[in-house]
Amino acid sequence: MAEDKYETHEYDVVVIGAGGAGLRAAVEASAQGVKTALVCKSLLGKAHTVMAEGGIAAAMGNVYPEDNWRVHFRDTMRGGKLLNNWRMAQIHAQEAPDRVLELEEWGALFDRTKEGLILQRDFGGHRYARLAHVGDRTGLEMIRTLQQHAVHKGIDVYMECNLQRLLTDGGRISGAFGYWRESGKFILFKCKAVVLATGGGGKAWKVTSNSWEYTGDGVTMALDAGADLMDMEFIQFHPTGMVWPPSVRGILVTEGVRGDGGTLKNTEGKRFMFGYIPEFFKAETADTEKEADAWYDDKRNNRRTPDLLPRDEVARAINSEVKAGRGTPHGGVFLDIASRRPADYIQRRLPSMYHQFKELADVDITKESMEVGPTCHYAMGGVRVDADSTATTVPGLFAAGEVAAGLHGANRLGGNSLSDLLVFGRRAGLYAAEYAKSFGGSVSINNDQLDQYAHDLLAPFEATGKENPYTIHSDLQQCMQELVGIIRVESELNQALEIIQRLRQRSRQVKVEGNRQYNPGWHLALDLHSLLTFAEAASLAAIERKESRGGHTRDDYPSTDAKFAKVNVVIRKTNGQMTLAQEPLPEIPGDLKALLEEKS
Amino acid sequence: MPDQQVHMRVWRGDASGGEFKDYHIAVGEGQVVLDVIHAIQAQQANDLAVRWNCKAGKCGSCSAEVNGKPRLMCMTRMNIFEPGETITVSPMRTFPVIRDLVTDVSFNFRKAREVPAFKPKPKEADGTRRMFQEDIDRVQEFHKCIECFLCQNVCHVIRDHDENKPAFSGPRLFVRLAALEMHPLDTNDRIELIRQKAGIGYCNITKCCTEVCPEHIHITDNAIIPLKERVVDRYYDPIAKILGLFSAKHK
Repeated sequence: MAEDKYETHEYDVVVIGAGGAGLRAAVEASAQGVKTALVCKSLLGKAHTVMAEGGIAAAMGNVYPEDNWRVHFRDTMRGGKLLNNWRMAQIHAQEAPDRVLELEEWGALFDRTKEGLILQRDFGGHRYARLAHVGDRTGLEMIRTLQQHAVHKGIDVYMECNLQRLLTDGGRISGAFGYWRESGKFILFKCKAVVLATGGGGKAWKVTSNSWEYTGDGVTMALDAGADLMDMEFIQFHPTGMVWPPSVRGILVTEGVRGDGGTLKNTEGKRFMFGYIPEFFKAETADTEKEADAWYDDKRNNRRTPDLLPRDEVARAINSEVKAGRGTPHGGVFLDIASRRPADYIQRRLPSMYHQFKELADVDITKESMEVGPTCHYAMGGVRVDADSTATTVPGLFAAGEVAAGLHGANRLGGNSLSDLLVFGRRAGLYAAEYAKSFGGSVSINNDQLDQYAHDLLAPFEATGKENPYTIHSDLQQCMQELVGIIRVESELNQALEIIQRLRQRSRQVKVEGNRQYNPGWHLALDLHSLLTFAEAASLAAIERKESRGGHTRDDYPSTDAKFAKVNVVIRKTNGQMTLAQEPLPEIPGDLKALLEEKS
Repeated sequence: MPDQQVHMRVWRGDASGGEFKDYHIAVGEGQVVLDVIHAIQAQQANDLAVRWNCKAGKCGSCSAEVNGKPRLMCMTRMNIFEPGETITVSPMRTFPVIRDLVTDVSFNFRKAREVPAFKPKPKEADGTRRMFQEDIDRVQEFHKCIECFLCQNVCHVIRDHDENKPAFSGPRLFVRLAALEMHPLDTNDRIELIRQKAGIGYCNITKCCTEVCPEHIHITDNAIIPLKERVVDRYYDPIAKILGLFSAKHK
């Protein structure tokens, strides 16, 4: 009996991950009256959401009354280069305002308009000022509000508990298995449904804004359990990460800097974004500095500054400027708000940026320009889900937030992540609870499967090799950075796949020091499986999509291809191997299609 | 700048005991203490236990004592130390050690569960929640808290005094209680809890918590003292006490 061997808990719904999506899912599942557990790798409140800066995109119309869900829908679809799941984009735009207001009911305090309503800020790709925010620490407000609400609702939270494998019974979910970080002891959850809210896999890249938790474990668990992945080729490189000093390279600089008036310049002092306005966004983008600057205060008579083009466009532009020799000696470009806004305004709107540059880079952003460059930030792809219910292709398995694919298409707009977490986190909790309630029969654990997993997780202690897990991780990061970065080419992608295979071999020879108690070397050794899986899926999908679109740019196929506009690249596991398929996008209904075709 | 060698003394051990171990390691330009701990982990001690997440002072995970001073390791630059200076890193002392630099901070989460929830008043007639920036500024200061628990670590009511922990919540929780008490929409009453269970009377406002707060929250002046005043108004002011019989809550 599994229960005799391992610490075992029984729930209706187990939510894995306690960022915005996981917390919101757990709150909802619990409110539906099912027994719910929330399991997270770090302490509660430390998940990636806490680092989100700019805001939550929601067409509340508090600053521009002409804003509504249709405009938000259109912006999201166009930002995603029309590869988004239209239904997810519609639900997201329609429900985001209610989810923001709900946070206010739970105690969140957003910055206010003069009329006392929630203030909204400009961000890339959004036609109107749309992001509900708290200075530049919106993620902190969001996670703390949800965390406290979840605690007051009495939801069981398992902190520093790392779930590594999903258990299935007859093809449907029956539990999840992993270890306590503190003791290294195994823990088994028997449950009817699992919600994955585990985030992305950006830690496979070297220059990244992501924390140690972003190892692609949710994507990997889902794939191993039989679920489909989708859009794995689309990786967002946020245009503005810190570049200097080397120790902070990759740390995020919020898009809010540009939303609040900051502008990108090259070493010639030129606002270079005016030279990178793509045909697709020409009609809605300012082509003179005068119009761009006037847009901040008057959106009715001016078009948006090209500094706030979607992130994929800006990241590519910075990359080109640096390649053309107009970058800083540290390989970035300048981001200047000091010469454009008063010091007290900058300190009020961007306090944590001020703090971050002052303390980590000795730069006073009210007086000097920042040096910035692209940093791996977000995975648009992930687990394929049903638009309404977030159900994956495995019965009982749901996914929400960054781990899920579809909403953002080929490129995510800033601010659409926090709203995604709330909208689809709630839906995941709701539909997982419904599934659990209607579940017939009892859950049974496959003991052979379980023993195999336990054996796998202890393997690094018994390995005879001498490989250092940190070295393998660092080699993977180097590989992905150089070969599966912003600009890709087939020969390099194939080279990356070969390296990943070799790293996988080496990962079986990892030697772990010490014992099972809070042992980061062992934890990383286990995470290598998911990091390598995530990297392999991203590389395979990148080879398959022979065009350039959003967060996937091919030097050998530099333009978009109408054939690829109609398909998602899907990855699933067949006989232990990843297999690829191109599957058609769902057809957009006529009325929504009309919205997309409107010119500006 | 060429990499410089630095001598680090890092506490290694668990609940049963431990000792400082010496590491000599190269330090690169701009590095912070957490970078150096990570380098030791990657190159010399794979199993060195440390918590971290954001590496940018936003999550409050990597709290420790560096040369005896409570700090976030990710925001402590190596260039603040003298060349050749030995740098000592030890776990926060107020909480039981789990392993190496990782401590058991569950005390804070237990205390958080005792706080009565936010309970908003009804909405405006038009269905909105109107609040003005000047009315929420002071609460937003408290919401900056990243729960690094350095204030708890340095608070001498509980540092070296485990026996006070059951009756005292500590500065982090006072900040949380102040945020709720001063929230313009909240209607719950926590004054009795603040006086009794949270034990605000133990605090004798030495401001140690304020000094170590990486978010520069004025914990003592803006949170603790106003809460103390509310307790005094409720329990020790005879006029207010009589008036209190007729009004629901002082805001």
